[in-house]
Amino acid sequence: MAQTITQKIFARAANRKFVDPGQSVWLNVDVLLTHDVCGPPTFDIFKQEFGPNAKVWDPSKVVVLPDHYIFTANEHAHRNIDLLRQFAAEQGLPNYYDVGTDRYRGVCHVALAEEGFNLPGTVLFGTDSHTCTSGAFGMFGSGIGNTDAAFILGTGKLWEKVPDSMKFTFEGQMPEYLTAKDLILQILGDITTDGATYRAMEFDGEAVYSLPIDERMTLCNMAIEAGGMNGIIAADAVTEAFVKARTSKPYEIFTSDPDAQYHSMYRYNVEKMEPIVAQPHSPDNRATVRSVAGTPITKSYIGSCTGGKLTDFRLAAKILKGKKVAVTTNIVPATVLVASQLETEMYDGQTLRHIFEEAGCNIALPSCAACLGGPSDTVGRSVDNDVVVSTTNRNFPGRMGSKFAGVYLASPLTAAASAITGKLTDPRDFL
Amino acid sequence: MDTIIQGKAYVLGKNIDTDQIIPAEHLVYSLSDPEEVKMYGKYALSGVPIDQAGLPEGKIPFVEEGEFASPYSIIIAGPNFGCGSSREHAPFALKVAGAKAIIAESYARIFYRNCVDGGFVIPFETAQPLNKSIMTGDELSLDMENNTLTNLTQNITYELRPLGDVVNIVQAGGIFEYARKNDLMASTEA
Ligand code: SF4
Repeated sequence: MAQTITQKIFARAANRKFVDPGQSVWLNVDVLLTHDVCGPPTFDIFKQEFGPNAKVWDPSKVVVLPDHYIFTANEHAHRNIDLLRQFAAEQGLPNYYDVGTDRYRGVCHVALAEEGFNLPGTVLFGTDSHTCTSGAFGMFGSGIGNTDAAFILGTGKLWEKVPDSMKFTFEGQMPEYLTAKDLILQILGDITTDGATYRAMEFDGEAVYSLPIDERMTLCNMAIEAGGMNGIIAADAVTEAFVKARTSKPYEIFTSDPDAQYHSMYRYNVEKMEPIVAQPHSPDNRATVRSVAGTPITKSYIGSCTGGKLTDFRLAAKILKGKKVAVTTNIVPATVLVASQLETEMYDGQTLRHIFEEAGCNIALPSCAACLGGPSDTVGRSVDNDVVVSTTNRNFPGRMGSKFAGVYLASPLTAAASAITGKLTDPRDFL
Repeated sequence: MDTIIQGKAYVLGKNIDTDQIIPAEHLVYSLSDPEEVKMYGKYALSGVPIDQAGLPEGKIPFVEEGEFASPYSIIIAGPNFGCGSSREHAPFALKVAGAKAIIAESYARIFYRNCVDGGFVIPFETAQPLNKSIMTGDELSLDMENNTLTNLTQNITYELRPLGDVVNIVQAGGIFEYARKNDLMASTEA
């Protein structure tokens, strides 16, 4: 029987030949990810249910990456880090990336990839809704709550309903003014924030396979904004090169059968697409940048697991080189590695960092920062009636801090172009 | 598990995300310390824009200023309830505030799993947009055996979608209880 890539990964993890969409199966989990917000309550539930001296099912498969509330004076936030540290020590977890040490990495979804935990064909669950980001590696990644995570910690297993799949094919050559962010915002406008609930979103087509791995991660990252269980892109040579440079662990590449059944299929020609924003207060509130150009903004924010990776900053630097920003512009690298790449990557004879500094941007330390608002002393947090153009993934009321602020989700090109003019600006004006 | 839940309705719109259910700045409180846990009740649904809070009129807080519990035990909402982050603090906060059940047109997957597997609140689905007819403060009676909801104030009964696959986990009271009953995990009793 023909199966989609997601079905095949489910079948492998459930020790079956075939699984049917709609059927609930128990999956063997390859990696469990958690962070500083959901780690402590997950560990509490684990001890409550499995006993105070219980051991996790496999310490090498538990990855703990604190990233949410890092550079803050908030004492509750510090306590959460202490709790992670304690648990990691107690359980002898080799994959704990402690704050304040040279093991600290930054935003978990990006760090997972950098550290070689993303392997084609595997099953990842994480206590974070954007765990779907890892689907860019031809694997299944999905977010869960603390109770489910505690269950996995004790058993290495979780039930999940086999999802129906939706297929999104992007044809054509990517124009230089478009990014993965524009593609996913286009889809969100088409299918809305619950258009993929309980389903897999499979991305395909020559435009997708022309993207570097971090752009593919941006596509999969926002599957959850459509309610998707997972986003997925079959692994190719680009994926394999990235993985092999980081780990020697074995993996298995799956692809969808040509006659696999889909819930629905969408086709786009990227050469006919335009830069897109999601207007306040929903990721599916789509508009072309052109149609809202001129809207005054008070801040620009380039960061997060969606828009704070190397390619995002390369693109932003292209626009910001030799220009000055007109509004507060925060550059927030997702990870320590990305932060160091700002120092080493050159564009037109200058490092990215130099370009951003000369343009008058504020370069922050790597963490989730204001992507989710955070404690009141968080860098880039929106205040009052701020109007922010942001490369992040959510613009619900209050998401970046102030309930009264409006957030336009956009590509790094659009965020950079708008930073220069102080108004929403189509990046083609600067390219 | 009681088969009838009776209480007052609190009515909300569509796409109620987890930042509205419990704003991110409150996630720092402990989920086990009884004094800190109360804060989740205090701030439950505090992120809902005020004109959308307690429909059709709006401007009705789920939890009154200075209180830690809500007078409303059944939440009525439109599609895509609980979208956004994976935070289990969301169904937990609703439970701490005193909510017993939610009746929405649809749910985001992670929120739905959290409600069921954590045994926090019972998530029922309905095909009709009940948030257009039920008013905040109406007295409701939810019959879980027959999958019906009766609005005692307006004297109307609605059909709800059966819980399906997950009814066994809901009845057990959560994934751990379910797994123990079905020998899916070693018993942890000393
Ligand atoms: S950067 Fe934003 S979306 Fe990504 S994990 Fe952090 S808070 Fe979540």
